[in-house]
Amino acid sequence: MSSTPDIQVDRDTGNFHYDTTYEFDAGVGLNEETINYISKVKEEPEWMREFRLKALATFNKKATPTHWASKDLENIHYDKIRYYLSKGQRPSRSWDDVPDDVKNTFERLGIPEKERAYLAGVEAQFDSEASYSNMKEELSKEGVIFVGSTEGLKEHPEIFRKWFGKVIPTGDNKFSALNSAVFSGGSFIYIPKGVKLKQPLQAYFRINAENFGQFERTLIIADEGSEVTYMEGCTAPKFETTTLHSAVVELVALKGAKIQYITVQNWSANVFNLVTKRGLAMEDAEIRWIDCNIGSRLTMKYPGVVMRGEGARGEVLSIALAHDGQHQDTGAKMVHAADRTTSNIISKSISIGKGRSTYRGVVAMPRHLKGCKNNTECDALLINQHSRTDTYPAITVKGNQNTVQHEASVSKVSAEQIFYMMQRGLDEGEAMSLAVNGFVNDLIREFPMEYSVELKRLIELEMEGSVG
Amino acid sequence: MSNTLSAGELNLDSPDLYKVQQSQSGFDVDWFQAKQAEAWKTWLETPMPQRTDERWRFASLKQVRELGRFQPSEFGVAEQPELLERSALLQKTAGRIVLLDDNLVVQDPISAELASKGVIFTTLTDAIARHPDLVREYFMQQSPELGSEKFEALHVALLRNGVFLYVPDGVTVEEPLVVYNWAGKEGGAIFPHTLFVAGKGSKASLVEFQQSVSPDSEHLVIANAHLYAADDAQPSHSIIQNWSPQALSFQLNTSNAQSRTNAKSVTINLGSSLARQEIHGRIFGSESNVELYSLNVPRGEQEVDQRTLQTHIGPNSRSDLLFKNALMDKSRTVFSGLIIVEEGAQQTDAYQTNNNLMLSEEAESNSLPGLEIGANDVKCSHGATTGRIDESELFYFQARGIPREKAQELMVFGYFEEIIQKLGDEEVVDCVRALVQAKFIH
Repeated sequence: MSSTPDIQVDRDTGNFHYDTTYEFDAGVGLNEETINYISKVKEEPEWMREFRLKALATFNKKATPTHWASKDLENIHYDKIRYYLSKGQRPSRSWDDVPDDVKNTFERLGIPEKERAYLAGVEAQFDSEASYSNMKEELSKEGVIFVGSTEGLKEHPEIFRKWFGKVIPTGDNKFSALNSAVFSGGSFIYIPKGVKLKQPLQAYFRINAENFGQFERTLIIADEGSEVTYMEGCTAPKFETTTLHSAVVELVALKGAKIQYITVQNWSANVFNLVTKRGLAMEDAEIRWIDCNIGSRLTMKYPGVVMRGEGARGEVLSIALAHDGQHQDTGAKMVHAADRTTSNIISKSISIGKGRSTYRGVVAMPRHLKGCKNNTECDALLINQHSRTDTYPAITVKGNQNTVQHEASVSKVSAEQIFYMMQRGLDEGEAMSLAVNGFVNDLIREFPMEYSVELKRLIELEMEGSVG
Repeated sequence: MSNTLSAGELNLDSPDLYKVQQSQSGFDVDWFQAKQAEAWKTWLETPMPQRTDERWRFASLKQVRELGRFQPSEFGVAEQPELLERSALLQKTAGRIVLLDDNLVVQDPISAELASKGVIFTTLTDAIARHPDLVREYFMQQSPELGSEKFEALHVALLRNGVFLYVPDGVTVEEPLVVYNWAGKEGGAIFPHTLFVAGKGSKASLVEFQQSVSPDSEHLVIANAHLYAADDAQPSHSIIQNWSPQALSFQLNTSNAQSRTNAKSVTINLGSSLARQEIHGRIFGSESNVELYSLNVPRGEQEVDQRTLQTHIGPNSRSDLLFKNALMDKSRTVFSGLIIVEEGAQQTDAYQTNNNLMLSEEAESNSLPGLEIGANDVKCSHGATTGRIDESELFYFQARGIPREKAQELMVFGYFEEIIQKLGDEEVVDCVRALVQAKFIH
């Protein structure tokens, strides 16, 4: 068997940065000038500039949602953030064309090897812009589009404009408005009718500059009967000051299409990770979010599926690991908007030390629907005495033709379990690690192999020194 | 102009209401009046609840915000022979108090034996006069803190009467003590208050029936009930809410348990156009068991909005909550529950379950079962289900010759029974079963 490429989710792998000089820099702070600058550098059409300006107004108008979310949001200083940084490069098609310092970064993250070994296409984003993107030739021949958002807008305006901002409207929340105002980078993917990608498409997001905000925007459209898996990973060095990552990801699965979106989030522990992700599933389509949150200071992310077509299916599988100083506020949002739609949410969180993990969910079944089903399971594991977990689901059901089931539990690793394993020669740390791996095992199995192996290893690392 | 207005002629928007009521209440206990004055100030200063307050998520705020149409009741009532006849749902009781519009109608004394043991079962005003220190020690010492602080303040400010039950250490009261709270005045506002203090190792059960004299009248009810369970106490408190279908009612309750208690609260909701209930169970001690149950059978356009909180402060205790809804017609329910396990509350077992049985195409249920866990050595779980009658089970009945409608009824009654049985006392169980089934069939 060929060796599987390893995904570097170990936090220290990402803890380096290069001094880079940027050709384009929108400066610090956010106002209409920032927007005009970004739009000009990207040579965007006028409608996009207007879209961004409107989004900025919405962002300014919307209050920070601290009436339900963490007060830590008040520590984001929007006037101290850099909103756009770029070396002015066009995405390079060949690895040799990538500037050396950027190349070094991605070499360390292992990106080109991955592509060679396995992946159908890779796109890497360095601060605001894609720095490298490539896709296997046969996919291009089939009509698959996999480019950055700027390129998508430029080269495929008819598909781009049709769906852009349609799944997640600008005013959905304060952070989706912010992203809509200053977005840059991210992927634009179109899978033609009936094309089933056997290998995943992959993207890497990397923050390199201090005080920088990354606002990528991803739009994936899977045409009728097509199938695609998309994987993203993200890292950032440990700067002294906080950094903001606020992405918007929109998925559209047309009739009978399947989209699987996998995220391994490993930002360093000073990143505010405030992401809006939602998919629109048409008739008999299926959207699966597989989400693993290990890094960041505060993550707020509730991937959603709007099941618009009859028989559509939505799924969220989520693993969160919260260490000291971290708050993983994750969850799912399932909106049933047609008959016979089904959704499934499985969330497992582990809180270590003083870490805090939160599950927040919405399941909505409006009036006059028939045969809709939702199943939700949230399990939380608390490792230490000061670990914390919260669960806040909201379930609204109208009518008598649907069923919803929600279950949540909180537990700790039992002393007997640890004792049993120590009897058989494991030390306490190993025993704890094994127990935790057992807790998330069914979910990790859902990840592609190379991810699941690394995730297990990562959990072992995170568990080190957590006993006692 | 007329001479002096009576409080009953003013409405809740009148700035003079408090002053007028105080001048007519004939009540002059300093500490109590100071509490009322402070509460009136709080009522005036506290804003109406907002949509952005999580504790009012999914709530119907419009009805709740417009209270100006309600008037307090008059002081004193005429004899009510007919009402007394209707206040006899239970035969085997240890005592009975009947109130109409916050005025005492009748009080059946407890037995001389119980009285000699020190049991007190009387109106709140009587208790304040005769046992001031005892009442003061517990009166409004706890609050549910679940969003209705403004309405709680109005309750305290305009409070006129209620019920005080005190069971001394080691005393057991076998039969239930019963309260009938009637709302009579059209457009009236009443503020019933219940204070139940269970001494160490005591055992007693308090049952409250809340009803309207006429099914066609409209009322505002802001009721409060507080239960204090000392070490080893086994109190049980049941409320059967059956105000008129036009009533807007609040029920703001706390249950406070020390160590090794076995405390139970059951709330059955049949009446009200909108019933907002806040129930906060706090466990201060260890090895206690606190159970909270509710059964709600809304129909028409009735709405039941329940917010609950189970707070574990002491270690090694258990709490269990089971709230069941059966929704008919265009009714609507909100269940928002939270379990908080504080940092020191290791070895807690806490459970919370909300079941919604949807019996119509137009009904809506909202379920928000929450957990906030700050200790690691705990067993906590919550579950919520929303569904309909199982077709395969119906088929089973039908295959045995039981008509579909009858089968459905039997299954719904079975669903109710789990909560009804928690009422314990056989007579109470039979009485409530009949009330609930009558509402379902009607």
